[in-house]
Amino acid sequence: MTGLLEAAASLSSAQRTSVELTQASLEAIERDDGAVKSFLRLDPEGAMAAARASDERRVQGRALGPLDGLPLALKDNILTEGLETTAGSKILKGFKPPFDATVTRKLREAGAVIIGKTNLDEFAMGSSTEASAFQKTHNPYDLTRTPGGSSGGSAAAVAAGMVGGALGSDTGGSIRQPASFTNTVGLKPTWGRVSRWGVVAFASSLDQVGTLTRTVADAAVLLEAISGFDANDSTSADLPKPGAQAGLEAGVRGLTIGLPDEYFVAGLDPEIERAVRAAAAQYEALGATVKRISLPHTRHALATYYVIACSEASSNLGRYDGVRYGHRTADPKTLRELYNKSRSEGFGDEVKRRIMLGTFALSAGYYDAYYVKAQRVRTLIKRDFDEAFKTVDVILSPTSPVAPWALGEKLDDPLAMYLADVMTLPTSLAGLPAVSVPAGFTANHLPIGAQVVGPAWGEALILRVARALERETRFFEKGPHRAGV
Amino acid sequence: MKLTLEQVRHVADLARLELSASEVETYRHRLSVILEAVEQLAEVDTAGIEASSHVIAGSVHARVDEASSESGTRQTLSNAPQVSGTSFVIPKVIE
Repeated sequence: MTGLLEAAASLSSAQRTSVELTQASLEAIERDDGAVKSFLRLDPEGAMAAARASDERRVQGRALGPLDGLPLALKDNILTEGLETTAGSKILKGFKPPFDATVTRKLREAGAVIIGKTNLDEFAMGSSTEASAFQKTHNPYDLTRTPGGSSGGSAAAVAAGMVGGALGSDTGGSIRQPASFTNTVGLKPTWGRVSRWGVVAFASSLDQVGTLTRTVADAAVLLEAISGFDANDSTSADLPKPGAQAGLEAGVRGLTIGLPDEYFVAGLDPEIERAVRAAAAQYEALGATVKRISLPHTRHALATYYVIACSEASSNLGRYDGVRYGHRTADPKTLRELYNKSRSEGFGDEVKRRIMLGTFALSAGYYDAYYVKAQRVRTLIKRDFDEAFKTVDVILSPTSPVAPWALGEKLDDPLAMYLADVMTLPTSLAGLPAVSVPAGFTANHLPIGAQVVGPAWGEALILRVARALERETRFFEKGPHRAGV
Repeated sequence: MKLTLEQVRHVADLARLELSASEVETYRHRLSVILEAVEQLAEVDTAGIEASSHVIAGSVHARVDEASSESGTRQTLSNAPQVSGTSFVIPKVIE
């Protein structure tokens, strides 16, 4: 499977048909996904029907646009009407959504072929896709390692060439970190850019749907299709679409790029630091000005994030009560037993831990000291970025301080796992758009990602900056080393 | 802060989770580790700083409060573990 725009060109020049592309995608999954385990379920009948309809439109000269006929995958926390959607949790096993998420509907309206649903950490809570109730996804670049998370299934499916693009969701780095672990492009749009309606809620003030693709141009195309105001999501912004495709090749000459001191500290893998500094040097060579900046509250982002995200999760996940949908315990005697047993049987360990942490932070006597305090520090973190964007156009940093780790390595140490997100959390708290773009490989051939962060609604700008690096380095062409696949 | 076993049981009760005795012990340890890491927030001076529930200005607005019927009764009930007619069934709550 090639990139999205390449595949679109093969359709519009009548070299391929959507049915052929869809069959090729399903065959690649059949061949390789036994080892990668990126998909939780496929929809071959629905996909082939959509592909045939697309080919028919094209023959009649009614093709819908660049996504028409292209196979895509959706993270399994994005609702698909009639197609089981579990959010990686036992509590939603068997749940068949009665409606499509707005992003699903928009992709269908653009003619996209939805191949299937990808694996994730349960309720998108995790950084390795190991906390899925159903399976652990493996990194196509090294099958013994994690693809990152929580959108690890979407990232692995794109990296392994099973689909040209996929949607994920990012609450604290869940698109960007797996993108950096799999040599793909991961875009988290500004909070409010994309409707969250029909996306299983984790932390509503942070959750945002975004894209995983092989190239920056593909990210721009996919973003254009899914963004926009939605009356069903009162937090979606009533703004024109980002229009990121138009200026993608404009380069970085004249731009100022900030490198935050706080991100280049102890704990950052030296190989990753070298790769990101090389990217900065590349930008300078292309005519940008690179300068050091400070985001002084960075070291408080992790604590702030966990208090806020877990508090919101404890509230959002209150809906899983065994009454209207989802798992119900067998033969409950009382309503209380129905609630307690259904939830305890249905939720996994990491989800319970976060619900408990959030419930504690919101409980009487601790609310001000934990939750309100975290909301105040969040304001300071946001102000750090506001200050920085007075002197720079974008901010460049590593996406992750560490390379993909071995599956199982951090499972017994939640804090170590949380620390892996330290470079993506501040942007999430500030609601800002950010993209992870391939920036090279470690000596062990493990992918490295660079993160480009922009001011609110600056998707076109960060994609243009990411594209400038991609055009020079072309790391995306280096396919995965899938020994054994 | 280090949580007591009693506090863990209280939080689990608020969260409508049923924990075994060994789970209470495990969660006490793991939550305490995380809460101790979170306590660094206390050192940040936030005097006069407003609390943000969201941070992107202008993106939150209300829609007109009009009824719509996108999801019918049948779809709404389609995933329910137990239904009777057009109702969800739960254990009896009134003696």
